[in-house]
Amino acid sequence: MFSLEGITGTVQNWLLNTFNPQVALLIECAIVILLAISLFAVLGLVLVLMERKVAAHIQIRLGPNRVGPGGMFQTVADTVKLIMKEGLTPDLADKFLFNLAPFVVMIVAMLLLAPIAFAKNFQIWDINIGVLYVSAVSSLSVIGILMAGWASNNKYSLLGAMRSGAQIVSYELSAGLAILSIVVLTGSLQISDIIASQQDGWWLFKGHIPVIIAFVIFLIAVTAETNRAPFDLAEAESELTAGFHTEYSGMKFALFFLAEYINIFIVCAIGATLFLGGWMPLHIGNWEGFNHVMDYIPSSVWFFGKTFFLIFLIMWFRWTFPRLRVDQLLNLEWKYLLPISLFNLLLVTLIAILGWHF
Amino acid sequence: MYTQTDVIKDTTADGPEGELVINMGPQHPATHGVLHLVITLDGETIKKIEPHLGYIHRSIEKMTESLTYRQFTYVTSRMDYLSAHINNLACAMTVEKAMQIEVPERAKVIRVLMNELTRIASHELWIGAMAMDLGAFTPFFYAFRERELITDIMEETCGARLTMNYMVPGGVMYDIHPSFQQKVKEFVTQFKHKVTEYEDLVTNNVIFQSRTKGVGFLSKEDAISYGCSGPVARASGVSCDIRKLYPYEVYDKVQFDEVLDTAGDSFARYMVRVREMNQSIRIIEQLIDSIPEGEFQAKTKAVLKPPKGEFYTRVETARGELGVYLVSEGGTTPYRIKYRSPGFSNLSALDHMARGSKIGDLMATMGTLDLVIPDIDR
Repeated sequence: MFSLEGITGTVQNWLLNTFNPQVALLIECAIVILLAISLFAVLGLVLVLMERKVAAHIQIRLGPNRVGPGGMFQTVADTVKLIMKEGLTPDLADKFLFNLAPFVVMIVAMLLLAPIAFAKNFQIWDINIGVLYVSAVSSLSVIGILMAGWASNNKYSLLGAMRSGAQIVSYELSAGLAILSIVVLTGSLQISDIIASQQDGWWLFKGHIPVIIAFVIFLIAVTAETNRAPFDLAEAESELTAGFHTEYSGMKFALFFLAEYINIFIVCAIGATLFLGGWMPLHIGNWEGFNHVMDYIPSSVWFFGKTFFLIFLIMWFRWTFPRLRVDQLLNLEWKYLLPISLFNLLLVTLIAILGWHF
Repeated sequence: MYTQTDVIKDTTADGPEGELVINMGPQHPATHGVLHLVITLDGETIKKIEPHLGYIHRSIEKMTESLTYRQFTYVTSRMDYLSAHINNLACAMTVEKAMQIEVPERAKVIRVLMNELTRIASHELWIGAMAMDLGAFTPFFYAFRERELITDIMEETCGARLTMNYMVPGGVMYDIHPSFQQKVKEFVTQFKHKVTEYEDLVTNNVIFQSRTKGVGFLSKEDAISYGCSGPVARASGVSCDIRKLYPYEVYDKVQFDEVLDTAGDSFARYMVRVREMNQSIRIIEQLIDSIPEGEFQAKTKAVLKPPKGEFYTRVETARGELGVYLVSEGGTTPYRIKYRSPGFSNLSALDHMARGSKIGDLMATMGTLDLVIPDIDR
């Protein structure tokens, strides 16, 4: 059976047999960096194409279908175009910050990749405060956006960045509280522990209604945190032309664009890990035969399947809803989502203490 | 004298006390053309809006002075290009009024049918563009699916899809295409079936309602004093449908309601237009089976020479009241023509409506004003 764990094990054994442990570790690091960067590239290409195809399907049109079979290489062609383009820097911009901002956003997205378990025992860094790490690092991306908006010396960019600042800081709370409800149930911040606790059933099914509420709040909050429609106020192309990245062109724009899609992937991966059991296959009670069949599906397929399902949901939101207004956005968070998630956390804690979950 | 550099210097300087002045347009996704709004902001709140016009001024009124009475209707297709038929009709009617040409019944019915199809097509485009202003992309494609059928019908009969030039003094240019009636009936069936999709996707959407209800309020008194017309005024409770008040062609022989609302906000303007599409469908249904036989064009002289005098005609376009004021000296070309375009007056109310609201509200307000920039500049 195909398993990523097997491959990594073989590679490590071979490295340890061939080189001394220090060199082997260095080579492993290099391999991981290479893999992470190529995953980025592949994800960017796949997700952009997926977005365009999903949008086309919803909007009764065909979507990209000229470059390659079924338009598969459309994003490659777009990327080549963006690389060839001149990266303009406005005259009156703060040049250092202006050029730094896309890298800040990108590096934050890269850092978030570390604790995610892509398959069984296939994880870059199983840190014992994995969930805390993700919440902490993901809120750093607002710094990049504020930097871009401020340094551009453009009023639209500034407005977009300020909106984004208010929005990300607010929705961080709800997302954090939703994540916390799973932490309370599991009793651990470590990603591998959280996945292991879902061996007999995913938290979405085990945790009764409070966890479902937490899941819905998590979805809304992460959609807002990644600046996706209906919460794409930072960009809001009909109001602010392109918001914080109005002045960016060429590869610097592409980095923002890529970071947006990587961020979507990461929040959906976190959601899949916390609520849908990560790489755990779907098991139903005593259905032995069914459970066996499910076990035969590789764990990486489970993980990516769940993640892409959540990504599809977020894309579906984008192509259905109109955009909220900035005060309505903050009202939604502070008047509805935050009180509900606080109360919900209390309920989850009660369930955890009394052991009411399955 | 106002030079180019003066304008630029003027509109980029920020106001006192941290006020932000931004130039929305002439190239901006939400202005749908080359409208230039200089907006004074306090944070996200709008303090003042100053529209700068003239970016697409083509001096259509001046051009008409050197064109004959047969030619000058054609340039008016380029004014409000979404109601091209209705603009042409207004010009044709003015000439007919001046020369007292009796238009055949068949031509009158065809004209009304074309007018109502144009109105639906215009409102379809508006519903898509407005939803796009509010950040929803998908309704645009749904609206264009139906609009495409209308443009196909137009293409068959008039030979063009946008600037048709079909109405001529004395009737219409050609007879209708043999499949016109059947195609229109097919369109009516599909439209009735699909219009529920807009209800589901746009009208009943919670976000859409919260974005438009109570936004961009225009009271009845203000609507009158700013000279608003069309759906904008009717949403504020002003009864101003020219088709009802001063019926022309066969509008007095068909049953339809003047759509009125009293709320005066963006949602009311939205609802007025959606319900107006249904009324247009009603008119089409009444007329499509009873197009009288006969001539489609009255016999006129090759060179039209209206008598000396001043003539005024008004029609209801998709945006409001279009007036054509013609001064004739008895020659082959008009001495002077003035158009009273609905977009210009409706735009003048924008500052009043948007003051104190957020930038996001401006999109809803501007979207429901349904501005077509060449109609404003001419």
